[in-house]
Amino acid sequence: MTTTVRSRPRFYRDVRILTWAFQLLVFAVVAAVGLWLWGNFRRNTASSGIPTSFDFLSNPTTFSIPGADFSPNEPVRNAYIVGLINTLRVSIVGIVFATIVGVLVGIGRLAQNWVVSRLSTVYVELFRNLPLLVLLTFIFLGVVLQFLPAIADSWTPLGWFVFSNRGIGVPWYDGISGWSLVGLVAVGGLGWWLIARWRRKVHERTGRPSRGVLLGGGFFVLALVLGWVALGGGITLPAVDGRQIAGGIRVDPSFFALLIALSVYTASHIAEIVRGAIQAIPKGQSEAAMALALKGFQRMWYVILPQAMRVAIPPLGNQYLNLIKNSSLGAGFAYFELTNVTQVTVGNGSPAVPAFFLTLLFYVVLSLVTSAIVNIANRRFKVVER
Amino acid sequence: MSADAMRPPSRSGPSEWMRRNLFRTWYDTVLTVVFGALALYVLARAIVFVFVDARWEIIEVNLKLLMVGRWPSEELTTIAVAVAMTGLLIGLVAGLVRGRQVRAGTAVRPSIGSRLADLAGRFSLLIGTALLLLALTDTAGPWTMAIATLVAGVVGRLVGGWLGSRFLPRWVTRLGALLIVAIPFVVFFYLNRAVPLAAWEGFFFNITAAMAGILLCFPLGVLLALARRSRLRLLQSMSIVYIEFVRGAPLFVLLLMANVSLEFFVPAAIAPSKVVRAITVFTLFTAAYLAEIVRGGLQSVPRGQEEAATALGLSPFKSMLLIVLPQALRNVIPAQIGQFISLFKDTTLAGLALGILDMLSAAQVITQQPAFRGQGLIIETLVFVGFLFWVGSFTMSRESQRLERKIGVGER
Repeated sequence: MTTTVRSRPRFYRDVRILTWAFQLLVFAVVAAVGLWLWGNFRRNTASSGIPTSFDFLSNPTTFSIPGADFSPNEPVRNAYIVGLINTLRVSIVGIVFATIVGVLVGIGRLAQNWVVSRLSTVYVELFRNLPLLVLLTFIFLGVVLQFLPAIADSWTPLGWFVFSNRGIGVPWYDGISGWSLVGLVAVGGLGWWLIARWRRKVHERTGRPSRGVLLGGGFFVLALVLGWVALGGGITLPAVDGRQIAGGIRVDPSFFALLIALSVYTASHIAEIVRGAIQAIPKGQSEAAMALALKGFQRMWYVILPQAMRVAIPPLGNQYLNLIKNSSLGAGFAYFELTNVTQVTVGNGSPAVPAFFLTLLFYVVLSLVTSAIVNIANRRFKVVER
Repeated sequence: MSADAMRPPSRSGPSEWMRRNLFRTWYDTVLTVVFGALALYVLARAIVFVFVDARWEIIEVNLKLLMVGRWPSEELTTIAVAVAMTGLLIGLVAGLVRGRQVRAGTAVRPSIGSRLADLAGRFSLLIGTALLLLALTDTAGPWTMAIATLVAGVVGRLVGGWLGSRFLPRWVTRLGALLIVAIPFVVFFYLNRAVPLAAWEGFFFNITAAMAGILLCFPLGVLLALARRSRLRLLQSMSIVYIEFVRGAPLFVLLLMANVSLEFFVPAAIAPSKVVRAITVFTLFTAAYLAEIVRGGLQSVPRGQEEAATALGLSPFKSMLLIVLPQALRNVIPAQIGQFISLFKDTTLAGLALGILDMLSAAQVITQQPAFRGQGLIIETLVFVGFLFWVGSFTMSRESQRLERKIGVGER
């Protein structure tokens, strides 16, 4: 007896066809909703005469940006660039601060010193469970605008800083251009790297102490100081001049509040990540380091932290992303970052949809770039398995 | 643990403890002294502020505004009934879980006294805060509400425990599950009839928006996670585009967009109110994050489970729905609570972006009242608001850690 075996099932039972039909159906539904929204958008903008193109980027801005060398006649495009730079400025400085504080607090939570570990725990539990916006509002309205003195009787600790509710003055470099400073740092850093490499080779060959940090860092400082003096650089100290802060660099109160809030908030999350990462390192590593007679700091710096960082890099990257996105809250406190620029330019007549779409695109690209950097770092530090 | 067990071995008394934990080396001593002094100073300042300097009248006068905004006073009973029903629901679920545990023989704490003590200890902050809020009110309503909620919770717990510990016919359990799912919707429509959703304000808005967001994002989030894991390329790429785009965008900007550009995309007739917009954005935003959480959960379920289900003759759909997904969702409950906490905190953004009078906005508005203007009372109001958010998030995050230990996800 023979049965005919069909080489292919009927089309309505063929899994390959069914899955594609299902996918196309879902896609069609999504596309239909999208087209409906798009159609509404075209109709509504056409009837109200609101432009849908990005031509508004060339219109004059008609508003000024405090703290930036920016005139209201410049095109909106430039305002976006200033906003982007301000977002990057607060994000990068915030990431540096948050990482330093977060790592210290994270280590502190595991410290044997009772006072330090308790305080670190309180720090983490306090700020992790507070809405960032409450913290930011508190720092801006409660601390910066209320506790910082008026400019006339501002605090000037050591004569190096000026604290007032008009802004905070910080010493700054003077007399040389920013680019030559970058060049000096690059030269010094390159020297440090070369010296450290050479010393490590010597150490590996002969067993003599490498002292890479001492010699390399020494070269770095020396190169910076000598180059500074040779190029005629100096330092300006901030001082109160009537109703203004002269000299140094003036940090805007809104920038200061946003920076502190972002750093403090993100640091509490980073501390938890660091703590988890350190606890993920097997105890044997610490014991082995102790058996090699490494001291507390050396144990942490050479044995535990490098391994912990490997575990911590992906979640750290997430926190950095969150910090960049959270910097958009500066818009509520007159800090002219990307979101605020968009809000103000929309308020001044730019079309809302393209303007916000552009902003969203900026943030998504920023996020993608950041996660690409984190991925590269992750690959670089990953355990090389045989 | 008894006092004897707590006592350290006799060789190391308090001085030995101090030597080891406070003054082990010279830099330990420096750290102890510096940070100890700092902590004592801050603590002293905080105590003086809270009990002496702070002028809490502004909170007392405006408590209703902070809690429920401009909710009409004559409709406040609806909130009380809704809260009591929520208490009933919580009690019911807790009772059912407990009853099932008893039936399965996995319940841990035997005596009722120790269980009550355990509960009181775990939720002491929450209970204390509730009592503080009750003490600040001068009407009988809130007290009635609290007592009614407590009674409803106890009743729910008893009924749930009784039902859970018995073997019930299938139709009863199904009906019960349906009822439990239905209660939140009933509560919602009940509240909405008294005061439309568009006028929900204050802390009430923060809480309901967070709960609505986390509940509504579930279907979309799970579907996105399944699509991202599936072998269907088109679905997978659509899901990835959505998730990555939403995760790359700040919530604040999305809320601003919902505020100014939604009219262009939706006919004016159905353009929703600000509260609905906020909840929609919260839902769409959280769905992307939930999708990633659920994806992690799906990955944590061993492949053997799915293979076993296939071997039993379950279709792929049934094996996902009945075998894989329940385990996956159970494994990520702590992460879901974490997402809920962050949404709860992020509801404050709606005040700034959409102009909803949430608790944080109310805290800023009340400092502009004629009686309180220009006296720097923003510190008092923000401390109060921050404290309420903090108590909520802290309690939830501690419970989620406890659950995590219990489920044992972190152990693997």
